[in-house]
Amino acid sequence: MTVPMVSLETALAHGLSADEYAKIEDLLGRTPNVTELGIFSVMWSEHCSYKSSRIWLKTLPTEGPRVIQGPGENAGVVDIGDGEAVVFKMESHNHPSFIEPYQGAATGVGGIMRDVFTMGARPVAMANALRFGAPDHPKTRHLVAGVVAGIGGYGNCMGVPTVAGEVNFDPAYNGNILVNAMCVGIANTDRIFLSEAKGVGNPVVYVGSKTGRDGIHGATMASAEFDEASEEKRPTVQVGDPFTEKLLLEACLELMQSDAIIAIQDMGAAGLTSSSAEMASKGGLGIELDLDHVPQRETHMTAYEMMLSESQERMLVVLKPGREKQAKKIFDKWGIDFAVIGRTTDTGRMVVRHQGRIEADLPVSALADAAPVYERPYVERKPPAPLGEIEPPADLKATLKRMVARPDLASRRWIWEQYDYSVMADTVQAPGGDAAVVRVHGRRKGLAITTDVTPRYCRADPYEGGKQAVAEAWRNLSAVGALPLAFTDNLNFGNPQKPEIMGEFVGCVKGLGDAGRALDFPVVSGNCSLYNETNGAGILPTPAIGGVGLLRDVARMATVAFKRADEVIVLLGETHGHLGQSIFLRDELGRSDGPPPPVDLEAEKRNGDFVRGLVADGHVRTVHDCSDGGLILALAEMAMAGGLGCRIETPAGIASHAFLYGEDQARYVVCMTADRMTALVAAAREAGVPTTRLGLVEGDHIRVNGEDWGSVAELRDAHEAWLPDLMAHP
Amino acid sequence: MKSAVVVFPASNCDRDAAVALQRATGKAPRMLWHAETDVPDDLDLIVLPGGFSFGDYLRCGAMAAHSPIMRDIVRRARAGTPVLGICNGFQILCETGLLPGVLMRNASLRFVCKPVALRVEETQSLFTRRFKRGEEIKIPVAHGDGNYFADEETLDRIEGEGRVALRYAPGANPNGAARDIAGILSENRRILGLMPHPERAADAELGLTDGSKMFASILEALP
Repeated sequence: MTVPMVSLETALAHGLSADEYAKIEDLLGRTPNVTELGIFSVMWSEHCSYKSSRIWLKTLPTEGPRVIQGPGENAGVVDIGDGEAVVFKMESHNHPSFIEPYQGAATGVGGIMRDVFTMGARPVAMANALRFGAPDHPKTRHLVAGVVAGIGGYGNCMGVPTVAGEVNFDPAYNGNILVNAMCVGIANTDRIFLSEAKGVGNPVVYVGSKTGRDGIHGATMASAEFDEASEEKRPTVQVGDPFTEKLLLEACLELMQSDAIIAIQDMGAAGLTSSSAEMASKGGLGIELDLDHVPQRETHMTAYEMMLSESQERMLVVLKPGREKQAKKIFDKWGIDFAVIGRTTDTGRMVVRHQGRIEADLPVSALADAAPVYERPYVERKPPAPLGEIEPPADLKATLKRMVARPDLASRRWIWEQYDYSVMADTVQAPGGDAAVVRVHGRRKGLAITTDVTPRYCRADPYEGGKQAVAEAWRNLSAVGALPLAFTDNLNFGNPQKPEIMGEFVGCVKGLGDAGRALDFPVVSGNCSLYNETNGAGILPTPAIGGVGLLRDVARMATVAFKRADEVIVLLGETHGHLGQSIFLRDELGRSDGPPPPVDLEAEKRNGDFVRGLVADGHVRTVHDCSDGGLILALAEMAMAGGLGCRIETPAGIASHAFLYGEDQARYVVCMTADRMTALVAAAREAGVPTTRLGLVEGDHIRVNGEDWGSVAELRDAHEAWLPDLMAHP
Repeated sequence: MKSAVVVFPASNCDRDAAVALQRATGKAPRMLWHAETDVPDDLDLIVLPGGFSFGDYLRCGAMAAHSPIMRDIVRRARAGTPVLGICNGFQILCETGLLPGVLMRNASLRFVCKPVALRVEETQSLFTRRFKRGEEIKIPVAHGDGNYFADEETLDRIEGEGRVALRYAPGANPNGAARDIAGILSENRRILGLMPHPERAADAELGLTDGSKMFASILEALP
């Protein structure tokens, strides 16, 4: 077989720049062979090296009293007491999902689950953040159907409930959808597994599915812009096998009961290459691999193909010496391939052998640590001009029935009913509320989980939008009564080599950081997905936040549904009627201008802490935060969830449409019995939290200032019909 | 009562079934790995749990029906040992021939997870004796292949023999099942296969409790 000669052209075709290629030749003191070049190309890809984002990610708050493991491992780890920890991360599978929605989304779910069980955690919940193009774009329905089926197909088979998520539609995603999947697991704090290899001469073991030619160059694909030819990349999308992953999960968790493992790392992007390089690099070791022992699905695979394959459901494990037999027995029981393919060395080099030849011999440090870091130039966006006076529409009361059925506000039931959200029998708050809640198995405590970001805010003002994304995730957790612990982020942006896009990235990251610091809400894991562009058109900046909170006792939990007639409805937080970048302005008045609502982080903290206290003390069981669509949407959702109406009055001194549809932040609607009202107002005043008495839960219509805005039943019909109607369209 | 839950590769409701059994009986069931060949002699109840045994890569339940342990389970079931098959367990029971018919892909072609209203049609069984005949109950479903099908003659026969234990309430059929069938009994009435998950409706904190009546029925019949 002839080995192709490597030249600058080969390097460019692998997505490396001329400078990067020169640096590689310099580091090696020679020209790399094609396998070595392939290894460099994936290790130095944006996806694996974070070369454009790294300097900014370092500015994020990553520490806190409960944080056991911050960013840098497979997933973040946070202490939840009783010797237990929550382990979580979110990751994107955007490009593959656009090309092949079912498999792209399915393998995104599989990949993030491996990140979590690699750490020794049993996955207990899944969440996701999805962005699709305009509802009427010819591809949208195909993509929605495929992505949703793929997420369900994988997660349902794994027996892990998918409990939370968010979905937006916007033409900016027409050519580049976003599929971000989050996994949350629970581990014992004394059994957390890391990827740092230790010791010389220890066996390096491959477990899981056999290696095929699928997914070669997936990491490189995820680091380039899209164009029409991208669909030809379909063969680089991996095919998921949730059955094997379920067995791999059980086998790994069984092995983790013993003390045989030194280090473990899943083979995600860049497969065998990145897993082996990362384990060796973290341990300051070398690693030798003999590819003849790699379980293979296809014949005549080359070293290049095996090192770059992204076949799914595979793990790399460094075992203590002499424990191979014990470990193999477990994998045999579960019918999973187990092969010793190498050993750790003290040379600091990655040496790859195949059929008796050395196919690669590279310094590990060059792969992992010498990857370029770019300080990309950026321009800060000028904040939009203030909106000025907005005239109300002629018939305000007719707007609600339309608004509850807007693409970004309509019910997502059609989606989440395709996910098994009740398996594991611990889902105490199902999808549809502010945050889902799963009980920690066998305990009173529970984990609240939410995903959120408002990309239209991030586009208008990246810094405020970044703050808002974190604040809203934090608010969602507080609204169910949970103490927000930490978050994971999935930073989806366009091409970072464009200063405007880099400016969006920088602004959002600054906002995330400031909000995280102000709210004691650190980031413990995350993922960057850049180059989300098709034919030069970037997506909206979308820093998706996945938040996790802790409920001490799931019996003290709030939900959004109105529960009883005659309860008093109270708004907590301040309302200025901020209509800039609101859905009302966009969908009812056809304007997308103005600044997004500013986020007062001190008010967020004050109001959220207050609400959490009300729930924990058992004073309120009904809470909903105000977000997209403003106060009236929150009230409508509470009514539809509970099957009860309400009668409210808007205060004097502010226009009704601005009061009802403004998207001011740091606000919650709470309900309580009338006798608690006086005490609540006093406590709120003491805490510095503004209160507005809105009215009462009453009847089966929504009445505002004496006008009938529609029956709960007709609102619900409109709210529930939009997505099924879209998907049923011939 | 001594019970056991069988674990197939990619069963995923085995723990949920065990928790519900323990809650109802005070005793943890035994967990039987599918590769075992013998079922313990002293079992009062065998549960085939929900999940995606063998990934559902052939027909749902078709591979599991040929797992080593199934030979002894079929033998004991024929001899009268009670068997409860939930969701994938129901599919496995149909594939072994212990129950008639087959579960096809949902008519919507989509997986469906939601609480559904059911009518209890038969109370003359150890699984349903604590219910009232005609009682409407609510239990979640979560499946992609719950569309029960059998030929008309078989359907007439099982209806005539009072073996349709559970039916989806009018308008609540989530999968297109023939005659709204959600669960059926064997001829000796000691085997029940059903698509809904009673083990997910046996804990007030999860919002639904009608499933606990099924476990209470079993405990009453098999103390």
